[in-house]
Amino acid sequence: MADPMVVVDDLHVVYKVYGRGNDRGTAAASLLRILGRKRRASIREVHALRGLSFVVNRGDAVGVIGRNGSGKSTLLRAVAGVLPPEQGNVYTTGHAALLGVNAALLEDLTGERNVILGCLAMGMSKQETKAKYQSVVDFSGVGNFIDLAMKTYSSGMGSRLRFAIAAAKTHEVLLIDEALATGDAEFRVKSHNRIQELRAAAGTVFLVAHNLEEVELTCNRVIWLERGQIVEQGEDVISIVDRYIAASGGQPVKRHPVTRMRIKDEVGTGAAS
Amino acid sequence: MTDQKTPLRARQGAGPDAAGRLSAPGQLQAGDVQTALEHAGAESLADLARRHGLSPAALRPPIIGYLWQLWQRRHFILAFATARNIAMYTEAKLGQLWQVLTPLLNAGVYFLVFGKLLDINRGIPNYLGFVVTGVFVFNFTQRSFIETSSVMKVNIDLVRALQFPRAALPLGYVVIELQQMLLSMVVLVPILLATGEPLTWHWLLAIPALLLQTIFNVGAGLAVARLGAQLDDFSQLLPFLTRTWLYVSGVIFSIASLSSNASSKVITLLELNPAALYITLTRNALMASQRESFPGSKPYNNALCTTWQTLGHMKGEPSRYQYDSAYCHFAGANPAHFWYFAIGWAVVALVIGFVFFWQAETRYGRG
Repeated sequence: MADPMVVVDDLHVVYKVYGRGNDRGTAAASLLRILGRKRRASIREVHALRGLSFVVNRGDAVGVIGRNGSGKSTLLRAVAGVLPPEQGNVYTTGHAALLGVNAALLEDLTGERNVILGCLAMGMSKQETKAKYQSVVDFSGVGNFIDLAMKTYSSGMGSRLRFAIAAAKTHEVLLIDEALATGDAEFRVKSHNRIQELRAAAGTVFLVAHNLEEVELTCNRVIWLERGQIVEQGEDVISIVDRYIAASGGQPVKRHPVTRMRIKDEVGTGAAS
Repeated sequence: MTDQKTPLRARQGAGPDAAGRLSAPGQLQAGDVQTALEHAGAESLADLARRHGLSPAALRPPIIGYLWQLWQRRHFILAFATARNIAMYTEAKLGQLWQVLTPLLNAGVYFLVFGKLLDINRGIPNYLGFVVTGVFVFNFTQRSFIETSSVMKVNIDLVRALQFPRAALPLGYVVIELQQMLLSMVVLVPILLATGEPLTWHWLLAIPALLLQTIFNVGAGLAVARLGAQLDDFSQLLPFLTRTWLYVSGVIFSIASLSSNASSKVITLLELNPAALYITLTRNALMASQRESFPGSKPYNNALCTTWQTLGHMKGEPSRYQYDSAYCHFAGANPAHFWYFAIGWAVVALVIGFVFFWQAETRYGRG
């Protein structure tokens, strides 16, 4: 019997955005606006998610695909509970951990301090943090850079360290937002394996990725978003990915007729599995 | 329930919907997609979630649970404060030395301006010690306010990345300011000793005074953090508010000496404002000259009080006349009640600030 871990029920999320281009924003304009009791023209609301509903079960790895601005990252934030829904609701077991490219910790601090702070912020005890520290650093593979401020890291190194920190704890729900996009081939294999481990440990993984091959390899379900709504969702990952590629006007992927795995023309691109 | 057309359903076509909201670009039109639900049954999704023991992701914990979460993150709060304190000076050549240099230079400026350039005594014995103590104590509250007002904006990435009780951030910022304040105290002690204040048991009273001030700063800081997160204009306004506060809190003058040109009601109000209270309590703890000259601390004597009002304020007269203010009546609130008010402010600020901050707990990630 399926065991739901994330239930999304008619979820709407609305962002407030400041500073629209054609607002002149002069002092006189502001004064007139206040005197006239008019709403500020430069505040616009963006309806980022428009009524999503789905259920995710224990052990699922869900790929979220769609073009830029379709609401993928917003969906993950809402599931993580850091963005409140405008309408509808998201139900989860306990707290979900969000891991994204922009999830900067403290850029001025060394990698070492970020590891410690990240672990403590996730609710680990001091002893647990100490015990996990070395394995996080080893997993991230940043080596001697761990003593340097995070702002000196390359974007790949930074996201590796962030992934390593978030993956240090076994989360019931792990939300990964393109964190693996900048990693090198070796790290992709490592993180791919770690995601499988987390899934095996009775967790649920959401993966937002523009690398569709990563989604095919990792996920057993996929949700295709466009304009904040679900176009298609289901367990037939490969067919949905192929339709998404067709809808975006891309070249169809060559697949093996039986295994439906991708057939490579060139060697050395993409992740090994 | 699930079939109801929602008011948020977007209008067909591109552009903003009826509510003036934008949605992302794309060919898909609103209403094109019928979301097929796998469990398609009579049960609503909310009931399904409840049956499996799931809770809303953006659920605000009850206040006791929230306090417990915060307690569990105490190591995070301390590590966060220490780390930021270190990061603040990593670029500077003198590094951590600035933590001590900043209060020292501050004291130097006040010595230059009030000790040398404006050689006036305003009827206050040990005026330099009086000003430096006042400035350091006020700075603690002022900086706590200014820093916490932007804490949620500055750390929005952290807030959006990790799930933790958000109050940990303003708390961490106040801890940073407390660390700075303790270093200021290290600078203050030799200054007070050098200006002739004796080291006595009264100094121990500075500890509860600082503790109460810290509690007040935490409570007020939590409230300010929420205001700053939700109202952009607030952080613009705050420097003016704190500057006004500086001038009405008796940092560079004695509120008691206003008795000739302000009513006792006004003086009482000024004296009982939290900043003035914590400043006065700290001064009275650390400075014998303040304890001995505080109006009302000795039996009323009209002649001696008049001496203070005249000769005590005059340049060139011996400084012993400045101590005669002790023979005047206290001008505003009864100094014997200062501690009760200091406790009251701390408790009220903490309770109100904490509840106020907690109420918006799930909304801080929104930016």
